[in-house]
Amino acid sequence: MSVSEQDVERVAELANLELTSDEKAGMVRDLNSVLGYFSQLNELDTSSVPPMLQVVEASQAGQPGAAASLRPDEVTPSLSREKVLACAPDTDSFFFKVPKVIER
Amino acid sequence: MNWKQAGITEVQSAVRNAQPSATQLAELCFQEIEARNPAINAYLAVSPERAFRAAAAIDRLAAQGSPLPPLAGVPIGIKDVLVMEGSPATAGSRILEGYRPPYDATVVKRLEGAGAVLVGKLNCDEFAMGSSNENSGYGPVHNPVALDRVPGGSSGGSAAAVAAGMAVAALGSDTGGSIRQPASFCGVVGLLPTYGRVSRYGLIAFASSLDRVGPLTRTVRDAATLLGVIAGHDPLDATSSTLPVPDYVQALEQPVKGLRVGVPSEYFGEGLDPEVRGAVESAIEHLRQAGCTVQPVSLPHTRYAIPTYYLVATAEASSNLARFDGVRYGFRAKDANTLSAMYRRSRDIAFGAEVKRRILLGTYALSAGYYDAYYKKAQQVRTLLTRDFLAAFEQVDVLVTPTAPTPAFKLGEKTDDPLSMYLADIYTVTANLAGICGISVPCGKSSQGLPIGAQILGKHFDEATVLRAALAVEAAV
Repeated sequence: MSVSEQDVERVAELANLELTSDEKAGMVRDLNSVLGYFSQLNELDTSSVPPMLQVVEASQAGQPGAAASLRPDEVTPSLSREKVLACAPDTDSFFFKVPKVIER
Repeated sequence: MNWKQAGITEVQSAVRNAQPSATQLAELCFQEIEARNPAINAYLAVSPERAFRAAAAIDRLAAQGSPLPPLAGVPIGIKDVLVMEGSPATAGSRILEGYRPPYDATVVKRLEGAGAVLVGKLNCDEFAMGSSNENSGYGPVHNPVALDRVPGGSSGGSAAAVAAGMAVAALGSDTGGSIRQPASFCGVVGLLPTYGRVSRYGLIAFASSLDRVGPLTRTVRDAATLLGVIAGHDPLDATSSTLPVPDYVQALEQPVKGLRVGVPSEYFGEGLDPEVRGAVESAIEHLRQAGCTVQPVSLPHTRYAIPTYYLVATAEASSNLARFDGVRYGFRAKDANTLSAMYRRSRDIAFGAEVKRRILLGTYALSAGYYDAYYKKAQQVRTLLTRDFLAAFEQVDVLVTPTAPTPAFKLGEKTDDPLSMYLADIYTVTANLAGICGISVPCGKSSQGLPIGAQILGKHFDEATVLRAALAVEAAV
């Protein structure tokens, strides 16, 4: 499988990245080099191997008390609106402000 | 006391007698940062207000003759991927320029609760993505041992600050080697705790199934002390373990005699610098002389580790980094008329090339039509890599390997070729994939005087044994 410029454009669109044409050419080259090297994974037959979805399960197998616990569903204090909004580029002091959402 | 080389115990006893006091020590530390940081670029920000407030509290305790907490007066730097209320947090990225987080990471709170004096935020590769610190949006860090060389990455600032005497210890993060490899390059100790041992709350996420927080220190004993402070369950991190935290410093008293040391042949193959091989082999010989039994073991899937790691890590990164959109914090492009243009332009201007490369790679690996071939395949091979370790740990207690294939390389040497940079992580990524713990401990120097680290890997939640083995290497070198 080789990566084309169209593939890079499509993925950039999905990832909300804008790329200049110079950047695009570089990314096509780099992705092909890296994914080419990565294709050695296909040497392995993994048809009967489960994917590792949880590190915690693997790392805590058989250890009593180790499993991640569910917390009680209780309301606890969180960050104040004022402190959080103070970090934002633009607010009206109640909400985050962003440019126009609906495009034509 | 020469605090620029001192360990935590020496700093503590000095502070107890006010020779120097915690406040004087903080002043010395800031003077040192002012003098040396321009050439090294380890610190991105200093936090004198917070440091002097903590130091004054320790000095009051010392004056009253009250017992001092375990890190009383110890100047510690924090990698800039961890948040500290009131200090900037950039993660080495321009996209977080100007962000001042409104809360503390759990590890930051725990250090301060144990009496540490937090002096500032340390440079790193952008979002911890890199092996040389050259991907920082705020300029590279220079290795204090040789200024034309990289300090390693991504916790390059943390390792450099400890090595240069600009902090007694530091916190770093390690997703694929980012604590251990810079520790090796700068000649300090770097510990990777088991996944779940240390809270990640307040760590700016790169790859959540791989990220760990851990200490970089001058001695193995200091690493044990710091781990004891930061380890333990945190209700704010659902993946943090409720297993009790052992006394790691106490554990160091137990000799290594009888410990079973495994040497995986796959870590001593092609690409390993002969001087690194020699230094690591002599570390293994030291362990044998200390009474350990040494035996060869095999981790047969090791050669698949780099592709597996970079597929898993970039997939998770592409998802984690979606939150940087110019809405809630950090940089926003000014000239965008619509929301989607604002997202794209902000991210395009403020993310560096390596971060974009990894977001694209991860998005590609997760996208329709490629998910099974790349992401799922990598997660299956991850199972095989983990099974390799579990099988090896049936026979041995720890594994000893090189931390990195070479000593510190020159700035600019690998920046044009992402793949050659990725291969710098060849011995470290496996531990992150499997969730196990490890350490890098200095074990010698190259003929050019560059530090070399030995990596010791241990079972899940068996940091105590890893630390004991590291102490034996440290004592013999």
